[in-house]
Amino acid sequence: MSAPPPGTGSADDAVIAEGLTKRFGAFTAVDRVTLRIARGEVMGFIGPNGAGKSTTIRMLCGLVEPSEGRASVAGFDVGSQSQAVREHIGYMSQKFSLYGDLTVRENLRFFAGIYRVPAGEFAGRMRYAVSMAGLEGQENTRVATLAGGWKQRLALGCAILHHPPVLFLDEPTSGVEPEARRRFWDLIHDLAANGVTTLVSTHYMEEAEYCNRIALIDRGKLIASGSPGELRQRGLGGVLYELECSPLGAALEALRGVPGILEAAIFGDRLHVVADSGAAGTADLTGLLRGRGVAVGSIRPALPTLEDVFVHLVARGLETRAVG
Amino acid sequence: MSPRRLFAMMYKEALQILRDPRSLAIALVMPLMQMGLLGYGVSLDIKHVPICVYDQENSQLTRSIVSRFDAAGWFSIDRRLHSQAGVRHAIDAGECIAAVVIPVDFSRTLASTGAASIQAVFDATDVNTSNIAQGYLQGIVAGVNAEIETRWSAAHGVRASGVGRIDLQPGTWFNETLDSRNFIIPGVVAVILALIGAQLTSLTVSREWERGTMEQLISTPVTALEVMLGKLIPYFVVGMIDAAVCLALTVFWFDVPFRGNLLTLFAATALFSLVVLGIGYMISVRIRSQLAASQIALLVTLLPTTLLSGYTFPIDQMPRVIQAITLIVYPRYYVTILRGIFLKASTLFDLWQPLLGLVVFAILIVWLASRAFHKRLD
Repeated sequence: MSAPPPGTGSADDAVIAEGLTKRFGAFTAVDRVTLRIARGEVMGFIGPNGAGKSTTIRMLCGLVEPSEGRASVAGFDVGSQSQAVREHIGYMSQKFSLYGDLTVRENLRFFAGIYRVPAGEFAGRMRYAVSMAGLEGQENTRVATLAGGWKQRLALGCAILHHPPVLFLDEPTSGVEPEARRRFWDLIHDLAANGVTTLVSTHYMEEAEYCNRIALIDRGKLIASGSPGELRQRGLGGVLYELECSPLGAALEALRGVPGILEAAIFGDRLHVVADSGAAGTADLTGLLRGRGVAVGSIRPALPTLEDVFVHLVARGLETRAVG
Repeated sequence: MSPRRLFAMMYKEALQILRDPRSLAIALVMPLMQMGLLGYGVSLDIKHVPICVYDQENSQLTRSIVSRFDAAGWFSIDRRLHSQAGVRHAIDAGECIAAVVIPVDFSRTLASTGAASIQAVFDATDVNTSNIAQGYLQGIVAGVNAEIETRWSAAHGVRASGVGRIDLQPGTWFNETLDSRNFIIPGVVAVILALIGAQLTSLTVSREWERGTMEQLISTPVTALEVMLGKLIPYFVVGMIDAAVCLALTVFWFDVPFRGNLLTLFAATALFSLVVLGIGYMISVRIRSQLAASQIALLVTLLPTTLLSGYTFPIDQMPRVIQAITLIVYPRYYVTILRGIFLKASTLFDLWQPLLGLVVFAILIVWLASRAFHKRLD
């Protein structure tokens, strides 16, 4: 499954949100979020706690009514066809939400009944869900006594019993140990390989790399979206150079106010410089610094981490907000 | 509505009822406790109940019987009386709850006929205490009887029964038929059902909110109606079991005569259960904390049921305005029906008015309940 190029959406997209907004009193939790997720795509929803990830997912599931905007999921309008939407989605809320006083089998049987899984198929699907969660032999264990990773996988198993084409997973891996988190992501990719569209939120930046596309959200606003590679390449709005030079302070001073230099910051014993793409090359930079008496050891283009990009975008958002 | 989803909800709910010690305790133990508490009132525990004795014979045998009354600890013999008028006065003045009168020819009659009577007169204005006192007095007399028999067979070498049969002849004054109990206890059943019913369902939705399972549940295609029925039906079964237990206790333990029709009783009980379960459910939908929901449920069921249903305070003696208000106090209809069925053998036709009242309430509450729950978080 490959993601379509950004900006081109098709009516066929599994999730379409246009200007989704949610206000709680004077507080705007989600501010005009527009996004599309193609079929079979794994989209990561990245942002700090309280950024509006959960509220957006809840609006897409029909659990919370948008104050403005519209959305469709699996071809159904979230507002007017919420019942059809619910038949076609699987949802895992942030808080663990299976019935702890019921056993593994009883939970699965319950959701199979609620989703009207054909009786003839239940046994097979339950076997699949149990093995996917790694709970063979524990079918009669009360769910409350399971450890975190197993609970999460079982919750996923319950959410996909009815083979929904679209999955919404709200921080499914929070509080789960790293090993279990990796297994969980393997499961998501198995599902994607079968054409399941997934929107998964997380605040673990490293998990963003597992997604086909990511949407960065901060204070209710979608601040960027694209594949992890694209974001790392373009997210800073220029090319990132990593410089070994000394003295660092003088170098920083030298670069301030130079046209084409967007950002410069000390990173440990190095300097990170973001330059307008095309405006300044490595040679220009070297010349500029040497002209100011800075010894330049090495200079090379580098890829920022997603965290760099995120921090950059959030900072820029704050500036524009402060200005405007 | 999908039968499959409804069944899944009901099955899940039933499993949770069976696994949750709190709701099981509410469902099964509380009605028994309340039946005991409300049925016996607060005077369950009797100790040193004042009694008076008029021992006309005053022989060794009668003195030993009297000393047994004293020794048992349940009674304190406050006064010895010397005339029938004294008995009357002592009870009238409330100096004792019971007066024991041993006839002048007691020993002689016992020896010649093998049977004799002791009279016990109870002040039945305090029905419960006098009932219990009567039971204990009878127990003491039975002990004396057994002893006389043992002594007789030891002396004669033959086992015999009925050699010395002392009979306690109870008589009650002022409330001869003890009908306050018959009047109160059917009402107690209504109070208990209202309390328990609303308590049970008040926890069921708020529990899902508290544990976070509600968010998952409303993300599924299950409809509000299926949630409501899936939760009410299992608790309806529990409520009917409770009702059966309480009504059985009423008849077989408290000896309230049952003169009416079982089917009418069932229909009225089913309607009443539906109303109280529906009220608890509505509270639970609105109040997302179990504790708060159960307290509100207690408040809205306990007060109207105990004060305004006519269970203790007769409605026709209330001020007109209050009488009018009781028309919307749904338990009054059930209390009326229960009393009618138990005491007056009223038929379906006799009870059409209160039955209609319950039907209206059941429809109204279920309709409101079905609209109360929205599959939204906000």
